[in-house]
Amino acid sequence: MESLANLSSKNLERRNLKDRLFKGLVIFLSMLTISPIVLIIYKLIEKGIRQISFDFILKTPPDTFQAMTALSNGELIPGGIANGITGTLLMVTLASVIAIPVGVITGIYLYENPDKFMANITRNISDILQGVPSIVLGLIAYIWVVKPITSGFSALAGSVSLAIMMLPMIVRSTEETLKMIPQSIKEAALALGVPYYKVLLRVLIPTGFSGLLTGILLGISRILGETAPLMLTALGSSVINLDITKPTSAVPLLIWEFYNDPNMVDLIWSSSLLLMAMVLGLNLLSKRIAARTK
Amino acid sequence: MNSDKITKAVLFASSFVILLIAGGMIFSLAGGAIPAIKAFGLKFIWANTWNPTEGQENYGALPFIAGTILTSIAALLISLPLSFSASLFLGEYFRGTRLARILGTMVDLLAGIPSIVYGLWGFYVLRPMLIAVGLPNQGFGIFTASIILAIMIIPYATSLSTEIITMVPGELKEAAYSLGATRTEVIFSVIVPSARSGIVAGYILSFGRALGETMAVTMLIGNANKIPDSFFGTGNTMASVIANQFGEADGLKLSSLIAIGLLLFLMTGVINSLGKFIIKKMG
Repeated sequence: MESLANLSSKNLERRNLKDRLFKGLVIFLSMLTISPIVLIIYKLIEKGIRQISFDFILKTPPDTFQAMTALSNGELIPGGIANGITGTLLMVTLASVIAIPVGVITGIYLYENPDKFMANITRNISDILQGVPSIVLGLIAYIWVVKPITSGFSALAGSVSLAIMMLPMIVRSTEETLKMIPQSIKEAALALGVPYYKVLLRVLIPTGFSGLLTGILLGISRILGETAPLMLTALGSSVINLDITKPTSAVPLLIWEFYNDPNMVDLIWSSSLLLMAMVLGLNLLSKRIAARTK
Repeated sequence: MNSDKITKAVLFASSFVILLIAGGMIFSLAGGAIPAIKAFGLKFIWANTWNPTEGQENYGALPFIAGTILTSIAALLISLPLSFSASLFLGEYFRGTRLARILGTMVDLLAGIPSIVYGLWGFYVLRPMLIAVGLPNQGFGIFTASIILAIMIIPYATSLSTEIITMVPGELKEAAYSLGATRTEVIFSVIVPSARSGIVAGYILSFGRALGETMAVTMLIGNANKIPDSFFGTGNTMASVIANQFGEADGLKLSSLIAIGLLLFLMTGVINSLGKFIIKKMG
């Protein structure tokens, strides 16, 4: 195309230079891409670590007046985020209890009937559900639970919005996991006359267990940090609440409250540090499990 | 035999749950939006007003649709060179090395950071830097929100493009090398053309993510209920206006926010279906 001109050594030099420059650019931009995670974690540790203590995990937040007094005396703000931690655990557990069984069973259905009309529709719809913004799920849980069922903001409503968020992730990860199990294992069980449900419960699920666990842990790590849907559903609470029909706090909700209160604003860093430790810990754990089984 | 039938019925029924949820979502959002649609008609979508004053309430979604599209497109453009580079790093230059594994894990972790933490970082770290270089409005606005959004969507585009770039057949690349092409030339005349639709699909899906991001945008965009007057001006997105105004909303205002939620749901649904459609066509 560009004929013999390409062969001239000057041209070759220029092309090689361009090649090296481009590689340098790619490396530079890649480093730039991951710099936020380093900077964010650094900032959280720098500003948040001094607040972290047993009190921080075991006590509820001070009121804004106590925080102001502590601030003006130059002391650490007393109290902690126990109400947020218990609320997060409550809602995430409830969401998991709702989403995991339905998600795994639906995933098994997709795997067992890959080409059925119904399976295709289910697969496409769960893909679309996976892309629905979390704030819209908050609106949905508000319409479905806050107004008719608990007639007020509640942990149940928060859990429902988180469960809808988690469900499609579980469905797809279950299907993908099961696809990797050799057909022969299932056929061997069926050939021995094992009832179908036992094949699913005793053969398929145990064989794919670590894959399922990876999907579940990733799903949980995704919903742990969600704030927006909880603002519309669980609202928040200044005390520890374990009644699912009452407003409940969560760690991300507390961060939002601290952020909006000038006296409490110091607490955002330690709360975020704790939240990030939970989310990234689960994330890395699920990667570990996935890598070990491959 | 009977238990087999029951098992199959349970499996089949569970797949209905997803359909019920999706159908119920459209139904409930549409139901909640009815008062707003009745009051303003379809012109709700392109009306440029947001007036909550009692007695003369008048709501339109255009400022928020404009803010959403503007921030998402800007975020996509900012993230493009970054995620393209990262996917070349992972899928081509350092493929299979320890270095690539570390970088890949860190890019994945970016997707794990909660939106509200991005918002805090944007507020306390990024915003002062932007003020220092002369950004108006205390550093709030479309531009600031777009930068944070760009960082948030990088992992989505990167993971898909990396996968597709890795799948480009070695023979194609070797043929180009044997003709004397440099690596950069191989990338642009072999890898990118054969991975093009996958890369595009990745960007479409990450655009879909950007449309619905809430907390970080809410904390940085300035929350002005008007069409942004410039790229550095303040505004609001569909997601951020819901987060912002929901607390004090009832009646017509609540219904208008639900209508905005419905529009957002439809927009992300269309964008995501488009992305998935392209991926499916590639096989």
